[in-house]
Amino acid sequence: MTASVPARPVKRLRTLQQREERDFWIAILPWFLGLFLFTGGPVIASLVFSFTDWTGLNLSGFIGFKNYRDLLVEDLVFWETVYNTFYYTFGSVLLGTLGALFVALLLNQNLPGTYFLRLIYYLPSIASGVAISILWIWLFNPNVGLVNYLLVKLLPIDAGPAWLSSQTWSKPALILKSTWGIGANMIIILAGLQGVPQSLYEAARIDGANAFDEFRNVTLPMLSPVLFFVIVISTINAFQILTDILVMTQGGPGTSTYMLVYYIYQNAFQYLKMGYASALAWILFTIILALTLLQLWGSRRWVYYEGET
Amino acid sequence: MAQMQDTVDPGAIPARPVTPWWQRASRRRILNMAIIYLLILPGAVMFLIPLLWMLSTSLKESRQIFVNPPVWIPNPIVWQNFTDGWSAYLPFNTFFVNSTLITLNNIVGNLFSCCLAAYGFARLRARGRNVLFGLVLATMLLPNEVLIIPQYVLFTKITQFLKPWWDYYTPGGILWMRYLSWLPMMVPPWFGFPFFIFLLRQFFLTIPLDLDEAARLDGASSWRILIQILVPLTKPALATVVIFAFIGNWNNFLMPLIYIRAQKEQVLAVGLNQFRGQFGHVDFHYMMAVSLIVLLPVLLIFFFGQRIFVQGIALTGIKG
Repeated sequence: MTASVPARPVKRLRTLQQREERDFWIAILPWFLGLFLFTGGPVIASLVFSFTDWTGLNLSGFIGFKNYRDLLVEDLVFWETVYNTFYYTFGSVLLGTLGALFVALLLNQNLPGTYFLRLIYYLPSIASGVAISILWIWLFNPNVGLVNYLLVKLLPIDAGPAWLSSQTWSKPALILKSTWGIGANMIIILAGLQGVPQSLYEAARIDGANAFDEFRNVTLPMLSPVLFFVIVISTINAFQILTDILVMTQGGPGTSTYMLVYYIYQNAFQYLKMGYASALAWILFTIILALTLLQLWGSRRWVYYEGET
Repeated sequence: MAQMQDTVDPGAIPARPVTPWWQRASRRRILNMAIIYLLILPGAVMFLIPLLWMLSTSLKESRQIFVNPPVWIPNPIVWQNFTDGWSAYLPFNTFFVNSTLITLNNIVGNLFSCCLAAYGFARLRARGRNVLFGLVLATMLLPNEVLIIPQYVLFTKITQFLKPWWDYYTPGGILWMRYLSWLPMMVPPWFGFPFFIFLLRQFFLTIPLDLDEAARLDGASSWRILIQILVPLTKPALATVVIFAFIGNWNNFLMPLIYIRAQKEQVLAVGLNQFRGQFGHVDFHYMMAVSLIVLLPVLLIFFFGQRIFVQGIALTGIKG
């Protein structure tokens, strides 16, 4: 503060910069503390737990890779949950992406009422949670549920499946419910569609392309990064299905809707096998990480797209 | 359209008649439109039916519920289902107040911590900033399941430790945190949420840095720049955060399920599931009525914030 006059501008500049740096640290401080307390610490703890047989009450110590070995080699229920989760994920992502693409293509035409229709298709995707799970229990009621009523009306069958009370149909039921929530994907795909330059369509039309050619050779390639993104995000979300299971099926009937995250929940909070559940969580993380790397790999195509718009 | 044609030299571009779409449309176009509507309208009806069915069931007398073919328009219309279902079985009024307090706290907490962090990452130059932002992105990819067990252990220890102190000094709670069991839900939002930090940072980046520079040269502090320049310019982004935070917290089921034991401390999501567990096989009219009330704030937010929603989703989708 007692600097001589010529040195002053330099000093002032330095303090401005320093002040900005100080403010940066103040600004990110809450997040930074949270990173250690609620993320970093727990991640390390979880990793450590996964090598113990800790039950929340007693701990006999480190057991090396035993949890992982038990899971992968001996635990048949685990493999069942893996099968169920992949089954559900595959179905819900496939239907969810194709359905969203189909609706988005139709709603991308600038027809009267489109905005209103977009809202209708989008609404279910935000209305999630326990209330909606309960609604679907009611809709899937085998005898007086609306789903079966409509099926019998529309298809040449005498009775619909038992849905949530059938080992065969419980997973398709959950997939069907998830398809109701394609609205968010639809909005993302619509935004992608609007990013396709009109000039490409005009060029295609001059070359004599019909609607199908346009879709196949212009829309689909230009949309592929967005579709890829939608697929990966939906996959990650589908993998973590939990509320529906807790409210609608509790894993049943039998073990037909035991999913990975539900199994983690059960091991951790019902059987109090914290170590085992932590190992499960890390296996889940590995699967999700592999899928995310897939997204990164796909994002290489992005660069071209972004440069274009 | 008409205005533009007035300003353009009429000689340069051949004038195009401005006709409404229904006259301009050729027969082929009308056929196309008909096909599209034929595909899209039944789908839209299908998408609406579950919610309409929910409303219909919630207004029925119990003997009209289990009939085949289903009755669409209840006769008589029983508005009483809403009041009966809400108050006769479980203390839903209490659940409602609890859900509201927790949700509001978490929205404000998220806004505070995420705005600050996003501001730092977007506008304040400092060494190591990019590395730290990389950490934000990395934690975004971390699935919740990996964190939930150690967090549970951490918070059970903390609450056990605090309990005697809490019971002795603050039996009525601290401010709006009425019960100690709410702590695991109400404290973390004040420490940031990676997805919102990322979202707000992207918005902050779109505003010219010159504004900050000018204000800074005029002697404004960093905090003044944030509050008086950036926040007013990014209201849509903040609204997006508010809406997503609202829905996420209002619907949050797992956290209260594992942390809250006492009935008077419970929230709507878990209360609703208890209701299902106890009366779920018979009283569908009550269940639909109560579910509808729980869903109502979300529906209201949807109708008032639809544009923000649609923009927010598209933005996060594409930028993510």
